[in-house]
Amino acid sequence: MSKRDKFRVVGKPRARIDGLSKTTGQTRFADDITLPRMLHCKLLRSHVPHAEILDLDVSRAEAMAGVHLILTGEDFPVTYGILPVSQDERALCKNKVRFVGDPVAAVIAVDEDTAERAARSIDVRYRPLTTVSDPVKALSQDAARLHDYGEEGNIHRRLAYSFGDVDESLADSAHVFEDVFFYQGNTHLALEQHAAVAAADPEGRVTLWSSTQCPHYVHRALSKALELPTTQIRVIACPNGGGFGGKTDVFNHEIVVTKAALRCGRPVKICLTREEVFYCHRGRHPVLMKIRTGVSADGKLTGMHLQTLLDGGAYGSYGVASTFYTGALQPVTYHLPRYRFDACRVFTNKPPCGPKRGHGTPQPRFGQEIQLDKIAEKLNKDPAELRLDIVEQPDTLTANYLKIGTIGLAECIKRVVARSKWQDKHRKLPFGRGVGIACGAYLSGAGHAIYWNKMPHSGVQLKLDRSGSVTVFCGSTDIGQGSNDVLAVIVAEVLGICPDNVRTVTGDTALTPVDLGSYSSRVTLMTGNAAIQAAERARDLLAKAVAEQLEVPGETLLFADGCVFDPADPDSGVSFEQAVVAAESRFGTLGTVGSYAPPRPEARFKGGGVGPSPAYSYSAAVVDVEVDPETGMIIVNRVYIAHDIGRALNPVSVEGQVVGGVYMGLGEALMEEQVFRRMPPKLSDALVHRCPSMLDYKSLSSLDMPEVIVELVENPDPNGPFGAKEVGQGPLLPIMPAVANAVYDAVGVRIDEVPITPEKILKGLDQKARGGEGRVGPADFPDIQWPEPYFVPPPWEGGDGQSTNDPEQKRAATMHKMDRTTAS
Amino acid sequence: MMRLPDFRYYAPQTLQEAANILADQGPTASLIAGGTDLLPKMKRRQQEPETLIALNNIRQLKEIGNGPGLRLGAGVTLSDIVADQRLEEDHRALWQAASQVATPQLRNTATLGGNLCVDTRCTYHDQSFEWRKAIDFCIKQDGETCWAAPTSDRCWAVSSTDSAPALIALGAEVRLVAASGERTVPLEALYRDDGALYLTRQPEEILAEVILPSNAKWRSTYWKLRRRGACDFPILSVAAALRSDAGGTVREARLVLGAISSSPVLCNDVAALLIGNRLSDDLIEEAARLAGASARPKENTDAPAYWRRRMAVPMVTWALKELRGDDMCDERRRLAGQAASMSHEPQSSQTTNEENPK
Ligand SMILES: Cc1cc2nc3c(=O)[nH]c(=O)nc-3n(C[C@H](O)[C@H](O)[C@H](O)COP(=O)(O)OP(=O)(O)OC[C@H]3O[C@@H](n4cnc5c(N)ncnc54)[C@H](O)[C@@H]3O)c2cc1C
Ligand code: SF4
Repeated sequence: MSKRDKFRVVGKPRARIDGLSKTTGQTRFADDITLPRMLHCKLLRSHVPHAEILDLDVSRAEAMAGVHLILTGEDFPVTYGILPVSQDERALCKNKVRFVGDPVAAVIAVDEDTAERAARSIDVRYRPLTTVSDPVKALSQDAARLHDYGEEGNIHRRLAYSFGDVDESLADSAHVFEDVFFYQGNTHLALEQHAAVAAADPEGRVTLWSSTQCPHYVHRALSKALELPTTQIRVIACPNGGGFGGKTDVFNHEIVVTKAALRCGRPVKICLTREEVFYCHRGRHPVLMKIRTGVSADGKLTGMHLQTLLDGGAYGSYGVASTFYTGALQPVTYHLPRYRFDACRVFTNKPPCGPKRGHGTPQPRFGQEIQLDKIAEKLNKDPAELRLDIVEQPDTLTANYLKIGTIGLAECIKRVVARSKWQDKHRKLPFGRGVGIACGAYLSGAGHAIYWNKMPHSGVQLKLDRSGSVTVFCGSTDIGQGSNDVLAVIVAEVLGICPDNVRTVTGDTALTPVDLGSYSSRVTLMTGNAAIQAAERARDLLAKAVAEQLEVPGETLLFADGCVFDPADPDSGVSFEQAVVAAESRFGTLGTVGSYAPPRPEARFKGGGVGPSPAYSYSAAVVDVEVDPETGMIIVNRVYIAHDIGRALNPVSVEGQVVGGVYMGLGEALMEEQVFRRMPPKLSDALVHRCPSMLDYKSLSSLDMPEVIVELVENPDPNGPFGAKEVGQGPLLPIMPAVANAVYDAVGVRIDEVPITPEKILKGLDQKARGGEGRVGPADFPDIQWPEPYFVPPPWEGGDGQSTNDPEQKRAATMHKMDRTTAS
Repeated sequence: MMRLPDFRYYAPQTLQEAANILADQGPTASLIAGGTDLLPKMKRRQQEPETLIALNNIRQLKEIGNGPGLRLGAGVTLSDIVADQRLEEDHRALWQAASQVATPQLRNTATLGGNLCVDTRCTYHDQSFEWRKAIDFCIKQDGETCWAAPTSDRCWAVSSTDSAPALIALGAEVRLVAASGERTVPLEALYRDDGALYLTRQPEEILAEVILPSNAKWRSTYWKLRRRGACDFPILSVAAALRSDAGGTVREARLVLGAISSSPVLCNDVAALLIGNRLSDDLIEEAARLAGASARPKENTDAPAYWRRRMAVPMVTWALKELRGDDMCDERRRLAGQAASMSHEPQSSQTTNEENPK
């Protein structure tokens, strides 16, 4: 209590600094930008799923009045990709198209209508290749290959890790649970459709304004794809009308308009249609998974073997990272003595998948949390109790060498259990009503940048001048999550001023120091720490100058309520403005910097770079549902969710993120699916997105939202700014499995896949009525040729974070463990 | 942004003027009322009329007048209908249908005439030009195959109007006006069971008004199935209207299934079964089974045919039970996906949502 009172800004519920401009519609998004003499761009996209381009004739289009430029694959000889290991994209396809929606040409014209008409009169001749639609079939070697890199056939990447000998653990376990789950793919559905405007200046430099979450990565990629020095390029991230991971990649349209602006000498703009946004995708991978878990007689986990198969779509994107993330975070919630993880990503002729809120982790979390429900039932334990008994300890190194600092998971579970009156409801409600519980965990920022370097992940510059105003410069991007407000709160807290007096300049590669971008829930923690450092340095300068004036030691000065004063003699203090004047007089023009780099991870094995984070956030949710056995309709009555935030810098923003996560989670649980239609192969090669529109791609509207009860668990984490951890992604994770578990509690039907739809409920109930088990879900997991796993002995088996494939060492590790067990 | 194709635009002040322009322009012209159906279809190049004739300046089409029952101008908006107390009380099926169309914003512009003429829908067709090119189009427009039923040579696009089943159950007629004359037909005669040519309206005809009989002794109801409560087209609907005598024996009955085939389906066999009987549970069950048997949906809406077929029986049951006087509030609430009020539990101090409007 008293600790919190220390703060004047942090922890106080406030309207965000950008609240008014957002709510009155005055925020300028990329599509709001109009420049003099601006031209418009439209992309011609492939209407075939997989083909060789035989001929591309632009003569009719070129001849049309109002057409300024036509670009094709020939204009983009260099490939790019967000990850250094997957440089497999071209701004416009050359030789080959890989999905319906892959762009083959761009028209730049006086207006959108002309550009669209011209794009339709470009003639492309294709030679069809076999359509690869099913990820299981994509495993087979005789399917037509999408890329000539990757492992073999259409296998993009396979991974295998063994943290201790799991088979041995399972063989020794009282129970072994084996389940197969399927998590359907879905997309971000941000309200703002991607838009970009590029303009060249007379010196031949070019500026790109874009709805991007990661201006720094776009900057680098543009330089590569356009073969231009980075010094010639400036990228400005406009405020995003929602991102959720959908704007973290580098997009072909960004590269195209930048090139076009340079070629035309006039600004060029593109605004994608909603359908095109579905083709940009980079959303949730469809994941088929198998989980084998060993459980002791008293309900402790002894080991887990997780296998995942990801349908990656047509390009690499962030896919290799997504593949790692399907396994990396499983061990941070519950204590897992041994862990084995195999993952495989394949290419198919669909829009590329990538990172969506939770990036790769919601799928296995869904499986594990349902499996825990099954385990609890079998062991006749309360699923909340079962979880409480196995929650991981704070300050621990997990089996896969992730360093957990604070962990508020047990408190989260206790809060939702109490708030929802779980004990009165679970297994006690009448048929048709039920409650389900589930948990989740997420990173507060990835431990590594996507390209290897030793520089800070986030930088902040602070400018103060005699007007008393303070400006924060930071490369971070406000995507609606409130990151500008975070900067303002932190600087205001340190300098004792009001956040409304702090201006923020963000996301501009020419003006702001590098921040890696708004992804991996890294922004509050990393920019926050950088901002604290910059602000403290500024405070020291001001304190020194004021201390000299007041003739008191600088350390005793307090910065609060817009004043700088000695608490022993408050009346003799000066205003903040006077303090700045004193410092500017004393030191000259004022400016400070701060930066942040995450701690060095403990993992030393190859691939150990995915998963480490300065801090992990935790959530638990109880979902209360009603399931109508006649219609299969699932009605969510209420969601209770507790989130371990470390510290809420602005509780209103934090709760907004929690409710937003619940909203997105319910959409994924109940209706959202990015699915494709394969026409009868005898009649057609077509493979099309089933519903690329906001009406037909079903997601909840605000009217479909139940009440959400939010509990914030505040247990400050030493690595977070004022103790803060992430909230942007974590609260989504428990929702889908909690819904599935609640449905089971309501009608006794197990739906081991999302979305959980009325027809699946009815099928499950029918099956049960006929004496079946009442389960809807995938039957089995395919046989995949896994590579020899990296063997990494867990910390408690003598491991040091290195992998070993030496059988002697493996045996030694096991012996070490046996020694310890016999010794204890 | 998706762009509209070019078109000529007329905004006549009178019905006669509109009819003359329409006769003059021929089939390359389209009428436009609220435009909530037409404009998205034009953006997707499902329709590319050379001329649009706007009906919104025609005062006469916006009137709700008296007669034996009620006369509703085709230009009356769905919001006007929702706001009308006479309709809410005496023609409940229509009122319920109109209140469940799309969203409040769309209902403010969407008209009754436009709703009755709304294009049939299909997930293989309600797509952009480029998307349809990818599947090589279909019978409804520019193509040879019906992807929803590849062995069939007709289009099975789904009649997706909410108001038509309700108005057919209520025994409504429509007045169609052309430059050369006018005719009045029972509403069911406006529809044809063909997804491509779903209206019997002649190209030069304007739907001018809907004539409702005096339904003093009738009770009516409308039930709508959709994937998402807040906004979705129907994927199955049931409209029913009954007149019973003092003893509860059904004297007249009409039952219509909507959004299950290319036109609303008037189930005369179900009406015949009901007439002369009291609405016992057994009779309702038999009627529902009979009606359900005529539900043979294709896989071309945003929910699986399996679910739509299964839902016919319970929905007909609920409609008839409601007409019998049973309290069906709970079934309605669940069908709309709305949570039961949980007022016995403490309200959250931190985050609360408004209760969904019924
Ligand atoms: C997101 C969304 C959701 C929707 N949900 C629903 C829904 O749940 N239920 C539903 O029924 N509809 C729905 N609609 C479709 C549409 O909004 C309604 O059917 C609406 O009532 C159409 O009326 P309008 O005046 O806008 O018609 P318009 O778009 O103006 O016209 C529709 C068609 O009718 C013709 N037409 C219009 N008036 C006349 C006339 N007087 N005489 C002859 N022909 C005429 C037009 O030429 C056109 O072909 C939805 C639309 C959208 C965009
Ligand atoms: S039902 Fe068949 S023909 Fe009609 S729109 Fe659909 S796919 Fe086309």
